[in-house]
Amino acid sequence: MTWVGRSLKRFEDAPLLTGRARFMADAAIGARAVRFVRSPIAAGRIARIDIPDGVSAVTGADLIGVKPFRPRLNRSDFTPIEQPILPTDRVRFVGEPVVAVIAETPEAAEDAVDSVAVRFEPTPAVTDFVSALKADAPRVHDHAPANTVVDAKIRPPAVEAAFATAAHTVAIAIRSGRQSAFPLETRGARADYDPATGRTTLTVSTQMPHIVRTGLADVLGMREDDLRVVAPAVGGGFGQKMCPTPEYVVLIWLARRLKGSFAWIEDRHENLMASFHSRDQAHTVKGAFAADGKLLAIDVDLLCNIGAYSCFPVTHGVEPLMAMAEFPGPYDFPAYAARARAITTNTCPMAPYRGVSRPAITLAMERLMDTAAAKLGLDPVAIRRRNLVATFPYTSATGIKYDAGAYREALEIAAEKVDLPGFRARQMAARAEGRYLGIGFATFNERTGYGTPAFAPRMMDVTLGYETVEVAMDPSGFVEARIGASPHGQGLATTLAQIIADELGVAPDTIRVIHGDTDRTPYGWGTFASRGIVIVGGACKIAAAKLAVRLRAVAATLLQTEAGKVELADGRAALAGGPASIPIAELARAAYHQAHQFKDQPDIGLSARATYDPDGTYSNACHVAIVEVDVETGGVRLERFLAVEDAGRLVNPTIVDGQVRGGIVQGIANALFEEILYDQAGNILTTSLMDYAVPTAAEIPPIEIHHLETITDASITGAKGVGEGGAIGAPAAVINAVADAVESLGVAVYEMPIAPQRLRALIRAATGKKR
Amino acid sequence: MKPAPFAYHAPRSLADAVRLLTELGDDAKVLAGGQSLVAAMNFRLARPAALVDINRIASLDFVNSEGGTLRIGALARHARFERPLVEGVLGGLLPYVARHIAHLPIRSRGTFAGSLAHADPASEWCLVARTLDAEIVLTGPKAERRVPAADYFQGVFTTALRSDEIVSEIRIPLPGAGWHGGFAEFSRRAGDFALAMCLALIRIEGGRIAEAKIGIGGGADRPLRIAAAERALVGQAPDAAAFAAAADIAAREIDPMSDIHADADYRRDLVGAMTRRALAHALRA
Repeated sequence: MTWVGRSLKRFEDAPLLTGRARFMADAAIGARAVRFVRSPIAAGRIARIDIPDGVSAVTGADLIGVKPFRPRLNRSDFTPIEQPILPTDRVRFVGEPVVAVIAETPEAAEDAVDSVAVRFEPTPAVTDFVSALKADAPRVHDHAPANTVVDAKIRPPAVEAAFATAAHTVAIAIRSGRQSAFPLETRGARADYDPATGRTTLTVSTQMPHIVRTGLADVLGMREDDLRVVAPAVGGGFGQKMCPTPEYVVLIWLARRLKGSFAWIEDRHENLMASFHSRDQAHTVKGAFAADGKLLAIDVDLLCNIGAYSCFPVTHGVEPLMAMAEFPGPYDFPAYAARARAITTNTCPMAPYRGVSRPAITLAMERLMDTAAAKLGLDPVAIRRRNLVATFPYTSATGIKYDAGAYREALEIAAEKVDLPGFRARQMAARAEGRYLGIGFATFNERTGYGTPAFAPRMMDVTLGYETVEVAMDPSGFVEARIGASPHGQGLATTLAQIIADELGVAPDTIRVIHGDTDRTPYGWGTFASRGIVIVGGACKIAAAKLAVRLRAVAATLLQTEAGKVELADGRAALAGGPASIPIAELARAAYHQAHQFKDQPDIGLSARATYDPDGTYSNACHVAIVEVDVETGGVRLERFLAVEDAGRLVNPTIVDGQVRGGIVQGIANALFEEILYDQAGNILTTSLMDYAVPTAAEIPPIEIHHLETITDASITGAKGVGEGGAIGAPAAVINAVADAVESLGVAVYEMPIAPQRLRALIRAATGKKR
Repeated sequence: MKPAPFAYHAPRSLADAVRLLTELGDDAKVLAGGQSLVAAMNFRLARPAALVDINRIASLDFVNSEGGTLRIGALARHARFERPLVEGVLGGLLPYVARHIAHLPIRSRGTFAGSLAHADPASEWCLVARTLDAEIVLTGPKAERRVPAADYFQGVFTTALRSDEIVSEIRIPLPGAGWHGGFAEFSRRAGDFALAMCLALIRIEGGRIAEAKIGIGGGADRPLRIAAAERALVGQAPDAAAFAAAADIAAREIDPMSDIHADADYRRDLVGAMTRRALAHALRA
């Protein structure tokens, strides 16, 4: 019996569903409460801080010797920027922490925050691309003229030639609004000093405990081994919980300084205002097409608003450089030019969020395809069919190798499932009744499961990528897999157990996955970039295979045969083709307690360790949305959503479906609902769930998922990453569908989110109806 | 997200509650369902020094209809209106409106009277009270006042209610035979506050509209009746052309609010669309 490929129920679910899982706020009980006085202005100087008698507080002036965050890429087109832990002179965004206040309870801490008086002297702020890029714009960081902190370019000569001879040139401008990753559990942490050992434990709602420890130890000037980082149950992260932040530095500083326990639990208002944002991009895209719709060249200008500061370890280069490198997507075309800039503004800093730039570039590419199709009289399937990569391995215009996928197959299956000709007929009939239906396709590929070979070209101070796993069987025959990565909802405790179970011939429920504790796990990176099942799963497979070799050797001695003839299956070690077998649990007992019998073995006991550091593997999908636009209100109703996706081998199909579905919902939110807004002065306008419109189940249609399984040797388990794809394809599919619905009114849609107000304004402008 | 310190009182009678309000003065607030007040306190947008919790005053927990009037006590929760309470046009209409109010947990706790005391311009119950010419009963230290809805609503979160008074009851005259009612609302998500909504009642006699009540909520600073639209409907056949003309008038007449979800132009568009749809709904219902 094998376990990979089966929809096992998640081992994680029982404690989550019965309320027994411990989240950050549970872990905070008993610690003193910390709360932050935050800047109410977008830009200015701190003139004076008055802390009343009886209030315990820490300001930047107290944090002597604590260094700022200064994430860095070692490349000439990158300008580093520093983030003070608590600023002493300037503030750069509304919500920036300025003073930390300590009290016995969270309620008292809020009262204490009210009592602290900080006098700010506002200076002019920049919040958007247009004002930030002006030569005389106020500078967010003095050393960054025109607020430009990444300016990367590719411009091969072939691009100009392609445009000069192309039959058609299509130019569009794309706007992707600012979104929050919006984990259901906000950020939070607790720091405890242990006077016995002198060590400090930071319990923190994070996706990457090891790198958080490195980043925090660096700025605090600590030995890393003096700091233990523990992740409790994490209620979502989606990228927002990757990077260490000033709040955590302050907690550790307080715990060490005052030799006690301090906790901060972020509230929703703070989360929307001051936890990393994402997606704020503007693209100018030109495509050169042959008469038959073949794409010949792309020329893009990519602007990314990265907010006031950078993010460790991925830096503020992550969005523009990802956008530039991955823009060509699933399409085969030879000539590509790009300029990608990171623009710093007086807004909340950006960090990766599920999809990282690819929701925006997929929107751009897919709107370009539909716009070109309309111009050339092709249907959306035909133009994609003509341009999708069909032979693998393929090297993209930016030099990235694509392993095999099912690009065209996904498109053809999606087109068949939605019955495009049938839909067109229904669309015409509806239009005659004054109803506006639309269909939108999005085809995309997604680099997943990439290790240091993929990160190295970014020239990062910290090159991320590998994962290490330690697998050990104890004398009772139960297995622990200790992983450096730290799942926050992906179900790795189940899926990794399935992978290990197949190597060891034991049941998955005899395998416990240990994660989220730097004292208990090998150094590793975390859960981000659609990498868990590929890299951690791959490392588990290698480590478990090594452990299986040890088990076979022990069994061979006990069965008086050769290791090569031992099979591990169904909890037993058996002689191939014979009746003799031993329960694996007995092998474990013998390996530890009859060690004298195994003198030929290199080591006592049963453990193995492996690292996996792959180049990466491309997942792909085709998403289709069918919508109805209410042209009087600008409201969009999703009628149907379909995804045909290829993420290689499905380790646990139910978990894959959950990942796809969750991503699609966030993508729908990106397309139609969620947007962080600032006014011109840099005041944030969307800090409650009334204003920041997270969709509910009522707004989400049933989502149909169809799987393809292209297995390539780019992933030793055959699995490709599936964490982000849903969020990458859905926005473009939805916006293409909205655009299709209103095209006959002369309305052009090139932005997201397209809130009802905005869509109605476009319709009003196009139809010219005045009251 | 934690409220500022406050004192808490839980009187057992309306008289005690009013006495407490009189003693505590401007800084006291009445707590009924708490679905707006407590959220505002957690945001520290509201910082009452004291809360007077009326949930233990059993005499305020009633809904009944007698003599052609629907009487709603101060503790009647939104959820109570999800099933028909009266005969006639309101029998189906009030449950339909109630289902547009927020989400089930909020409807289980929040009260009709609390909505009127809070006076959010996008409150469904404020629109119902205004459109149906309700009388708001305000109980103070000296006497009871009965204020017509037309005078009660004065602006955003602003009403005729004094700090020493409680909205103790709402009285809605029940429309008689021949009335048809319809409702239409547009919000971004299920359960969100309306960006605009319309409650429309028309009385049809001999194939013509004899009387009309057009109420708009969410469009301006308070729920409004659009008298010009009502006049335009009277004498017309209840058809699409008449409804469209009334909708255009409503959109023109309104003095729209502007916020991040709906600027003034958009609100006008929505008011027009919702008016037309509410009238169409009235004809179907």
